[in-house]
Amino acid sequence: MGGFFKKNGSIISTFFLIAITFWLIFLILIPQLYMLDLSFRPNLPPLLRGGPDDVYTLTHYKHFVFGSETSKDAYNYVDIGVFVDTIGTAILVTIINLCFCYPIAFYIAKLATPNATRLLILALIIPFWINELLRSFAIRILFAGEGVINNLLLEMGLLDAAVNFIALDVALYTGLTYAYILLMIFPLYNALETLDTNQLEAAKDLGSSTIRTHWRIVIPHAKAGIASGSTMVFMLTAGALATPVVLSSPNTFWFTQLIYQWFNMNDNWSRGSAYSIILLVVSVAFVLLMMRIFRVTIGEVVR
Amino acid sequence: MSADVELQGVSIAFGDFYAAKNVNVKIEAGEFFSFLGPSGCGKTTLLRAVSGFLEPSEGKVLIGGQNMSGIGPNKRPTSLIFQNLALFPLMSVADNIAFSLEVRGVSKQARRKRADELLDLVALNGQGDKKVHELSGGQKQRVAIARALAVEPEVLLLDEPLSALDLKLRQKMRTELRAIQQRVGITFIYITHDQGEALTMSDRVGVMNDGQLEQVGSCYEVYQAPSTPFVATFVGENNAFSGKVEKVSKSIAKVNVEGTSFSGSVGRTTLGDPHPVGVGDDVIIFVRPESLSLAKGTKAPKNNFSADIETIEFEGNLKNIYLKSNKNKSIRFSVPSVFDTSDLTPGSTIELSFATESAIVLPSGPLALD
Repeated sequence: MGGFFKKNGSIISTFFLIAITFWLIFLILIPQLYMLDLSFRPNLPPLLRGGPDDVYTLTHYKHFVFGSETSKDAYNYVDIGVFVDTIGTAILVTIINLCFCYPIAFYIAKLATPNATRLLILALIIPFWINELLRSFAIRILFAGEGVINNLLLEMGLLDAAVNFIALDVALYTGLTYAYILLMIFPLYNALETLDTNQLEAAKDLGSSTIRTHWRIVIPHAKAGIASGSTMVFMLTAGALATPVVLSSPNTFWFTQLIYQWFNMNDNWSRGSAYSIILLVVSVAFVLLMMRIFRVTIGEVVR
Repeated sequence: MSADVELQGVSIAFGDFYAAKNVNVKIEAGEFFSFLGPSGCGKTTLLRAVSGFLEPSEGKVLIGGQNMSGIGPNKRPTSLIFQNLALFPLMSVADNIAFSLEVRGVSKQARRKRADELLDLVALNGQGDKKVHELSGGQKQRVAIARALAVEPEVLLLDEPLSALDLKLRQKMRTELRAIQQRVGITFIYITHDQGEALTMSDRVGVMNDGQLEQVGSCYEVYQAPSTPFVATFVGENNAFSGKVEKVSKSIAKVNVEGTSFSGSVGRTTLGDPHPVGVGDDVIIFVRPESLSLAKGTKAPKNNFSADIETIEFEGNLKNIYLKSNKNKSIRFSVPSVFDTSDLTPGSTIELSFATESAIVLPSGPLALD
């Protein structure tokens, strides 16, 4: 601590300490602990809070697993189904995102001229000045029944009838993939940029094909970047709200929409909190499992 | 198997800039050939053209008599050792060495066997399971050599691979590289800016400057009979005196250097013919520091001049005496360490001379920068 003050001077050090403490305690720790506490309490009208009925209970977690007491099903198939769908789709979107961003990041980091690099990075960033909701609606217009893509394909005679891209969730996948593309590209770019170009040439000189060079040399080198980007994209996709609201088909329901309903429409903050905690815990557990499988440490991911 | 390499009029341009200009050389099969030149002279570019990472803008690269144009680096019978070695840090030593075999689908056992053989060749037995970062600089060097040899190349290309090593290790690796080359018997093309490296290892040296191959010859020829002022000053130390030719008879030219006449033998061109120098031409007469001697005691000394001693520097095997002539020109005079220099004190004036045969007269041209 003394060293930190000595190195940065007292003004900067004090600012850092206050800012970080405020951020961690007031903006992250307290709200999350409040949510955690709330999730174990019954949903009571304000007058009864703090009274004899306000005891710790697992009722909201039970509701997620077994459904309401009046339900005839053994388990809460609807909510669990939505949850599994959400996690599954988030995994799929993360994979699509990775496959899509890896070549772009590799091109920017290793093949493009410095000028092209600057231009490409600008081209990636500028569209994100438009807000998420607007971008989602734009994608909806693109994929709608009377949308740009359908009209174009019909015009060209490639289609006989309009395809319902919304119902097929093509629009949703596209929107979700595009929404967090930068969070995948930049960690990948950072990791790939540090790869010594001579390694690529050495591999080529030794007779390696492009695919093998990537598999054996580039991907292992970029592993931490891949993990970092994938983690962020997965977390944010699983927790996305605006994009699924605008782009999902009528029969697709995102888990965040469920949480939103408990909080806002049903005015059941306790249950909303419990559902949020479930999403958070499962997402984090999934990420940690993946890191274990791919042998990446948390230190590498945040590098 | 070893192949010869021929560069026919090779020029390599990047936009308006020519990194190599009309380079012609034939490197014999099994030869240890070095391209020697200062950094930025185009030698690495030339090596990349041989390895296939670049296509010459003009001219041809022939390996084993075959035109290599349009043939990629992975399809050429060459193997390149990079300046920074470019070992794969996330693979074990054995996996690094056997990578080219893995590419070809050789079985795991066969790969391991070959890797072990190659580790033996470069004196690293039993180090196959180590990670690259666990090795010392010299050991990494050997792994790079083994990895390049695993392809069974006919020509091994080396891009200043010793430059990162310290002096002692570098000297040891020179001997070792030479021994490995003799053992495997393939053609080695070596790139270096270090004349010591080039002269100790190579059969022949090609001296490059500014994209051009100035002279090709044995180490001895390049040192003793430089054909351009650049080669004369880049390879080894040299005293250069600019002047005008007064008289030429046979292969001896008499040169007037600021009022003093010196005689030297006329140098030869790269092709072996004497340079055509005539009376009145601007020339430079080159005298090696070790070719100078004290004029005192020699009978009827020729080519003598006087100079003031500035400093004496002890360099282990020899002493370098730095002098200034009365025309304010710096002169370097080297004597073996055993030579008694007690009466040569800074500030005193001495008379020096040199033999006509040991001085070389070349047409004026750019010198190597110190």
